[in-house]
Amino acid sequence: MTLIVTAAAGLAAGAIRLAKPAVGIAWRVGALALMYLGAALMWCVDGIAGLVQGEGFIELHDGAAMRDDALLGLVVVGLGLAIWAILVVSRRHPGRSR
Amino acid sequence: MACFLATTVAAVAVGAVKSAQRPSADAAQAPGTTPAPATSRHKVPWRRRLTWLFNLFAGGSVLLALEHIWHGEVIFAPPFLTAMSSAEETAAMWREIGTVGVGMVLIILAAWGLMVFLAERVEVFQRLALRTK
Repeated sequence: MTLIVTAAAGLAAGAIRLAKPAVGIAWRVGALALMYLGAALMWCVDGIAGLVQGEGFIELHDGAAMRDDALLGLVVVGLGLAIWAILVVSRRHPGRSR
Repeated sequence: MACFLATTVAAVAVGAVKSAQRPSADAAQAPGTTPAPATSRHKVPWRRRLTWLFNLFAGGSVLLALEHIWHGEVIFAPPFLTAMSSAEETAAMWREIGTVGVGMVLIILAAWGLMVFLAERVEVFQRLALRTK
């Protein structure tokens, strides 16, 4: 579920970047999309490794584990947004720390 | 266990290469002045392409590290990784870094390679469209 939530967030950010290039460049939406898609790709490899070891690609049988993974996905999206906000603010006010 | 360490090392390496690259003339341009003519044949400079790779590696590593903290595999006291509590688990951790971690690095490199390829194709089509006008 973490993979699905993160990949959905990455695809949404990527769609905004491609559909509205001016907004995407001004607000660095591409960096946000790459961050989420990078994590989603890494979890894909983790899922494939799970398949090789005889586990499932995604946990679909245990409801509690699914809820926990979905919550983790939302926390991951929140952390991505926080990093992106810092990135946008630091680029709009360069040299403040000097 | 600690597969995100492989991608973190890759992010640091790409960051170092990116820092060593000289910023393009457009980036160094003073605000309010006209941009200098592009000297590269590429519309998207290599520094920006490396930024894509850096964002994929660094962003993914940070989010993956959060997942490891969530699952209690990373702790905020030495040895920081629970897998380092015994020799057997440490060996399994290194095995995982060597297989899953390296696999993650390779898939990110493949995705980035596809992005660069598509960006170059778009540049070629745009150049052809300009020539035929």
